Order: sequence, then structure tokens, then C-alpha cells
Amino acid sequence: MFDESDNVRKINTINRRLFIITAAKILVFFGLTSRLFSLQVKQNNKYLTLSDKNRIRESKLHPVRGEFRDYFGNVIAGNNEVYQLHIVPEQVEDFRYITLRLKNILNLSEREFQKIHKKRKKIKAWETIVVSDNLSWEQFSKVNNYLHELIGVKTVLSISRIYPFNENYTHVLGYVSQANEKDIVDNKNIKEKFVPGIRVGKTGLEKTFENVLLGENDIQRFEVNAYGRKISQLNYQKGSKGQDLNLTIDTEIQKLCTELLKDKAGSICVMDIFSGEIIAMQSSPSFDPNLFLFGINQDDWQLIRNNPMKPLLNKTINGRYSPGSTIKPIVALSALENEVINPEFTVHCKGHKHPLELYGQTYHCWKKEGHGFVNLKEGMKQSCDTYFYEISRRLGVDRLSETAKKFGLGKKVFGELFENEKKGLVPNTIWKKNALGQSWVLGETIITGIGQGFIQTTPIQLCLMTAQIANGGYKIYPKIVLNNNQQYLDKYKPLFKNSKNIKIIQKAMFSSTNEVRGTSYKSRIDDPKYRFAGKTGTAQVKRITEKDRELDLKTFEIPYEERDHALYVAFGPYKNPRYATSIVIEHGGSGGTTAAPIAKKLFKLIIDRHKLRQSTKGKKYLDI
Amino acid sequence: MSFNSFSHELTLFQKIKNYDFILLFCILILGITSIFTMYSTDGGEVLFHTKSHFIKFSIFFPMMIILSFINIKYWHAGSYLFYVLILGLLVWVALYGVTASGSRRWINLYFLNLQPSELMKIAVILCLAKFFHRIRTTSANSFTSILVSLTIIIIPSILVITQPDLGTAILISFSGLIILWFSGLRIKYFIYSFLIFITSLPFIISFLKPYQKLRILTFINPERDPLGSGYQIIQSKIAVGSGGLTGKGFLKGTQSYLDFLPEKHTDFIFTLFSEEFGFVGSILLLLLYSIIIYRIIRAGLISRSFFSRLFCFGFSFAIFLYVATNISMVLGLLPTVGSPLPIMSYGGSSLLATMIGFSIVLSASINHRQNIS
Repeated sequence: MFDESDNVRKINTINRRLFIITAAKILVFFGLTSRLFSLQVKQNNKYLTLSDKNRIRESKLHPVRGEFRDYFGNVIAGNNEVYQLHIVPEQVEDFRYITLRLKNILNLSEREFQKIHKKRKKIKAWETIVVSDNLSWEQFSKVNNYLHELIGVKTVLSISRIYPFNENYTHVLGYVSQANEKDIVDNKNIKEKFVPGIRVGKTGLEKTFENVLLGENDIQRFEVNAYGRKISQLNYQKGSKGQDLNLTIDTEIQKLCTELLKDKAGSICVMDIFSGEIIAMQSSPSFDPNLFLFGINQDDWQLIRNNPMKPLLNKTINGRYSPGSTIKPIVALSALENEVINPEFTVHCKGHKHPLELYGQTYHCWKKEGHGFVNLKEGMKQSCDTYFYEISRRLGVDRLSETAKKFGLGKKVFGELFENEKKGLVPNTIWKKNALGQSWVLGETIITGIGQGFIQTTPIQLCLMTAQIANGGYKIYPKIVLNNNQQYLDKYKPLFKNSKNIKIIQKAMFSSTNEVRGTSYKSRIDDPKYRFAGKTGTAQVKRITEKDRELDLKTFEIPYEERDHALYVAFGPYKNPRYATSIVIEHGGSGGTTAAPIAKKLFKLIIDRHKLRQSTKGKKYLDI
Repeated sequence: MSFNSFSHELTLFQKIKNYDFILLFCILILGITSIFTMYSTDGGEVLFHTKSHFIKFSIFFPMMIILSFINIKYWHAGSYLFYVLILGLLVWVALYGVTASGSRRWINLYFLNLQPSELMKIAVILCLAKFFHRIRTTSANSFTSILVSLTIIIIPSILVITQPDLGTAILISFSGLIILWFSGLRIKYFIYSFLIFITSLPFIISFLKPYQKLRILTFINPERDPLGSGYQIIQSKIAVGSGGLTGKGFLKGTQSYLDFLPEKHTDFIFTLFSEEFGFVGSILLLLLYSIIIYRIIRAGLISRSFFSRLFCFGFSFAIFLYVATNISMVLGLLPTVGSPLPIMSYGGSSLLATMIGFSIVLSASINHRQNIS
């Protein structure tokens, strides 16, 4: 049909073109091979990581929080097993029916019920809804009765904080509650370990030691499919419990403090005068921190918030008070140290008819009739204001403030341990110039000498001051966490120029409590084992007018907010001092009648427990 | 010459002697590989896809062998009829076809949903091979022959585009055009039309459907929508890349096992294979395809008739084109167009068409001395 030559031409064309196409094919296959090589061999690691990222999901579990123990090893903030109720929607046949059943069984409110349904819409069917994170025992047993009918519902054991001593440790430990956005932003550690519903410290030591207490999350690694459903558990990485912390506090004494402060606003703290260990530290009124664990309800919260006695305030370290006469040991000491007076220096106190007059201002002693001729010991014992007006006038505020600061007033006692610890204020001429832009007036020195005016102290500062007088005038650093072995270079550094002066002050304080006419004579304990020395203080809340002086009302006749604060600082046992205390009762009237009797009850227990404390020392917690 | 023009029947022994066992063996290996891969896509269980693919292959493979004993001259004789028949089916599809996921492609035959556009890939090659078999080199470039051949290509392409199935339409056009290339159409025509195509590209793009435009955008930068349109290609690359040199092992491809791979039974089956068998496995698979392509070309080279020669060369290019397009697509070198991997991908029509193609090639190699008048 075709002639030969055309056939040959046709074959040649086809073969030539086949050659071109085949070359192109080889080129393309070579291209594909190199692409495969680049993806699979060169970039293998990158894609392997991406593939793992696709399929592996980590889920962090709640870390177990470290516990707090008291000095004797009793748990004061522990971990409690709680039962949670979970629903997994995909295992439930009829979600609405099951939730209605649960609503009846658990007595859920309509709002909680709606919340569950809202949550259901947000999550995937195989994820978990936490219906309740703390079933009461009653609810738990009720649910368990019906559990066989409630398919897809399960009770899960979980761990939550518990404060077994309720309101006793609230101000020391603070409390934990669900982490909010601020906690997460402020603390990187919380952010790292965050799981929904994690409880973190909100105040107190719970907050300060957050990072130590938190612990490490258990981590579950799951293989998930493209829709996020868990297929299998790949591994389980065990976390670790947070560090346990031991406090120096004795729960028995702490409980007594709470009892003694019942229905009062105020603070008690007790300190070991050598080691600086805080034996007890309570601020009143307190509240039950357990209320905050699962979210406090509005009524309880309003009750705490609106209480005029301010339960949220830790008065021991955040409350600022005029020290009143409790400052007198420091004034006297300063005067002795600066050799302004000697112990025999005498002043004539003539009573209200002849008050001290300076530049037209009059300065009255508290005692209407006057004390007559008083020397240092009598001045302290009877807390004669006139005596201290005179010696502070001779001393001057700058020298006084120097001594006061040396003994721990005007600066934070615990450093950064507690949030918002107050520094208080020890005024001097330079401070006034800087802060108020005014020159110091002599009258201000006079009233500073009896702990009124600008001077502001916290109860813990007064306690430290007393402790340092009691231990013979050596510097100590208060501590509340036993494990915290911070070293201080100037620990036990003498704070005096002449140790004799300290002795004189101690004796004067002894006489104030244990000798007739002493301001706290009524609160003395005669048994030498318990005998203590102290100094009362009555801090005016408002200026005393001439009219007040004439009326001379009894404490209960004055409106609560205008009553004086009652203060008392003490140390004991007198012969061989070990412990110091400061007691502040807000609007309690006079220190001698309200605060000092508390010390009497307190010292009995403190000294009774001394032996036990000594025998426990150093034996426990070596393993930590 | 005159001796060969007599069509004399070969004995069965001669036929078997001429049989291309290498090609047959390669197809069988590929078929078995595809069944195992399908088993892996079913998560290591014999489920629907595995069963179905196994049954189809077990039917079509013997069918191919039987069909290969049909003399090539009957294929030649029936070429136009075959083409017209498939064209008729395409028209039928356009009128009464089964619609799935927004396109009308299938005819419901109860035991099989037939996709005529897949068969058209073979039919167009067959038809044009016959057309150019008769035409002299000189008249190959004549206006009439160009017009007729282009019509043969364009009519089914348009029918397939309207389904819509752009990917298959492109593959049909290219399968047809390659016959024009082999039959000696001037190279300058190809160059001109390529230039015209390039210059009119913006115009063509404006005619594309929004989802098609999206595919092109996604191809250029898959990361622009990693959870939406870019998801397939990103996950596919992750699967292939994480396979490494030797792969994660049979049934251990996490990307596919955990459902990260879309369309793993069909267009993306290479991804799964590559994840489980790695670079080495992928290269071996490419090698297998290369051998098959080579054997098809060889069948063409030894054939006396232009028809066999044109068909084999055209079909070899078609196979190459399917493989190259599919793999390029899953490796992110081409935009995602629906194109199955021959034999490996799940899909009855595609498998049927490929097997018919192979049976013609096998027939051509049996009857390579046959001259067709």
C-alpha cells in the first residue's frame, strides 16, 4: 500500500521522536527521584518531627503539691483525696437524660446544669467533662448506687489541698485556689505546669514557696489520630511531689493563740529569742482557708470581706500600730547607751495639775495623780510618761531612732518572705524633712518617747525587739520555715555598747510585771518556772482632749473604733529567757487589763512545751 | 513484504514463545504490591477496599491475559468502534450519570460504577493510532488530518471537563497529542501552541472554578491554609518525608494509620507506600514502572505495524504521564489534580482501562510480525 521510502521515513520520524520523549521521561523520573531523596533522606528529621508532632499528644496531670508541717511534723496543709465526677459524652447514650439524672442525684442547680451543657458543646465527644471536682461523701455514695445505670459517668479519685487546722494557719500559710490568668502570667513555673483546675497559692507562704511546692506533673503521652482521638498510651512519665516544708510553729501554741484572740481583732506572736524561730503567729479574726479550695461562694466571701475587723489582713506583719509604752524599753536603753542618763536619774511626775510644758504645749502622764519622784526602774515599772518625756527630750529623736532601728523597728522582719509585709516607721529629723518637708519639732520627740506620733510598728517587729532585749542584746533573724537555712553574717552580733544596760532594761521589765504597782502586776506568774517580764502599752487611736481627760471614761463606755489599742510585749522564763512574745489587741483598752492577761495564759503553755520542743530539735527532718 | 502482508495465524506455541512474560510478571508484582498496600490503608485488616481491589485485580488480570490473545488486527479493526462506544458512554454519563461529590462521572452497572472517562484515555490513543496508521508522513501535517485528529481529542475532553474532571481531561488530551507527536506533526506546531497556551494562561485561569484556583494557590504556597486546602499536600509531604531511607515498616505508617492522610486509597496511595517503605521502596516502585514502560516501548519497537507502534508508544507515554503526574502531585511538585497511580490506586475503571491497554500491548508483542493492511 505504501511505498518503501515513505515507510522508512515514517519509522525514522517515530523513532527520532521516541528518543526525545524517552529522554524527557528519564529526566522527569530523575527529577522525581531527587525530590524523593530530598524529602526522605535529606529532610527526614524535619518530617519525622512533624509526623511525631502530628500524632503525639502530651497530657499533663495535676502535680502533687508539697505539704506543710508544723515543728512536730503534724500536717498543717496536706493533700486530701477527693472524688470527682466525670462524664465522657461519647460513652453516653442520651446525654440530656444522663445529665438530668445527675442533676437530681447531686442536687445540681439549674446554673450548674446549664454549664455542663455549655461545656459539652465546646469539647469533642471523647473528651472529659468534670461535673464536680469535689463530691461530698453523701453525693459520692449516692452516685455509686446508681453508677451501673449511668454509663459514661465515672467517679475519679483526685487530690486536693486540705487545711486540717482550719482558721489556725490561714495568715501564715495563706491558701490555694484555682489559678487565674494573673497567676499564670506572673509565674513562669505555673505557666509551665498549668493544667486546667490547678490550685496555686494566693497569699502567704503558699504563694511565696509556690515554685518549691508545685511539684512536677505526671506526663502521659498518647498517640492520637487526625481527629484528636486517643489511640494508645505511649508512655507515662512519673512526676514528683513538690517539696514538703516544715514550719517552726507549734500547733498547740498556735491553737491557744487563736482561742485567746477569739472575738477580738489583734495579733499574737511568739518567738524563740535565740534561734529566731516563730513559735506561734496568729492574726485575728481569721477565716477557714478550706472555703477557697473549690471557689468560695459569694455569701461567705462577702462575710469575710465586709467584716469590720478585717479578717483578710495579717495584722502580725501587715498591721501598723503606735507602739505606745512598749517602746519605752528602747527609749530607756537608748538613753543609757548614749549616756544621757544613768539608772539613778530621777524625774518628778506631778500629775495632771502640773503637766510638762514645752512651747505652750502640755504633755500629761497617764496617771492623774502623778508618780512622784521616779528613777528609771520605777519609770518603766509604772510606765511613767513624764519620766520618758524628760529622757527622750534629753536624748533627741535621732539617737532614739538609731537604737530603735538597730533592734528591728522600721524595717521588714521577714524580708521578702511575706507579700506586703509592712516596714512601719521610725521617724527622725531627716525623715521628716524628706517626707513632709518640715523641720522636726521638739514636741514630736517627746511623744515619740512614749510611742505615739509618727512612729509605727508591726506586732512582729515588737516581738523581735523584745526577743533581742531578752537574749542579752544580740541580733537574731526570725524564721518560720525550718528547712530554710539561710545564713546571715551578722547573726548574734551585739546590738549594745554595754551589756550592763541590757540587764538594767530586763530588770526594769521584770519589775513592771512582778512587783507591786507594776502595770502588769496582776498578770504575773509567781512560779519561777513560768515567771516572765514584760512591758504594757496603750496606743491612742485619737488625740486625748481636755474633755476626755475630765470625763475619764472606762473603756467599755467609749465607741469601739475610738478605744485604745492594747499592747503587751514580754519574755520568759525570766531567770533563763527563751521566748519572747508580742500581743496586740485592737481597741482593747489598756495593755495592762487586756493584753497582759493573755501573756499569762500563753507563757504557761509555751514553757510547758519547751522540753518537748527541745527533745524534738534536730532529730526530725534530717532526711529532708 | 508480500509474505508478511498475508495474515497467517500463529500457532499457540508461537504465541506463547512471543509472549512478553517480563511485562506480565511486572504487572503481577505491581498488582500484588497494590493489594498489600490497600491492606495497609485499611489499617491492617481485610476491609472493603482490600477485598474490592483484590476481587477486581483477580478478575481483570486473567481478563487481560485472555484479551491479549486477540490478534492485534482485531483491535485495529475495532478501534473506531471502541472510541465511538466510549464517546457514547460519556454522552450517557453527561445525561444520566451518577453524581458523587459534585461531579457526574459514573455509570451504575450494579457490580461496578464505570467511569468512561478512564476508558477514554485508552480509546483516544487507540483511535488516533488507527487514524495515523493509514496516513502518509507527508499528509500527516495536512489541514484535514490535523483537524480530524484534534476533533477526536477535543470532543471527549470537553465532555470530561464538563463533568467536571479537569485532571482526566488533561490526561486524555495529552494521551491524544502524543500520538500526533509520534506521527510526525511538525515540532513548530507544538512550540506555537505551547506559546499560545502560556500567553493565554491568565485568560484560562479566569475561567477556572474557584476551587481550582484555590488549588493552584495552595500549590504555590501550601502553608497559606495548612488546615484547609493545604492540608492534603502538607500531610502527604510529612508522610513521605518521615518515611526516611527504609520507611516505617509495613502497617506502621503513622500518618496513614492515624488518618492524617486524605484519599489514601486512591490518589494518595503512593504517600502511604512511601511512608512505609521509604526511599528504597519508592525507588523500587519507580523502577518497576520504568521496566513496565520500557517493555511497552519495546513491544512497539519490534512491531511491524504502525498501528501497534503508535499505540505502544502512546500507551507507554500515558502510563509515564499518570505515574509522573500522580507522584509529582503527592510530592507537592504539581497542583492537586485527580489522577490515579496506575494499578496501585483504588478504582475499578482506571484498573480496567490500564489492563485493557496492557492486553493490547501484549497482543502487539505476540503479533509483532503481523502487518496490518
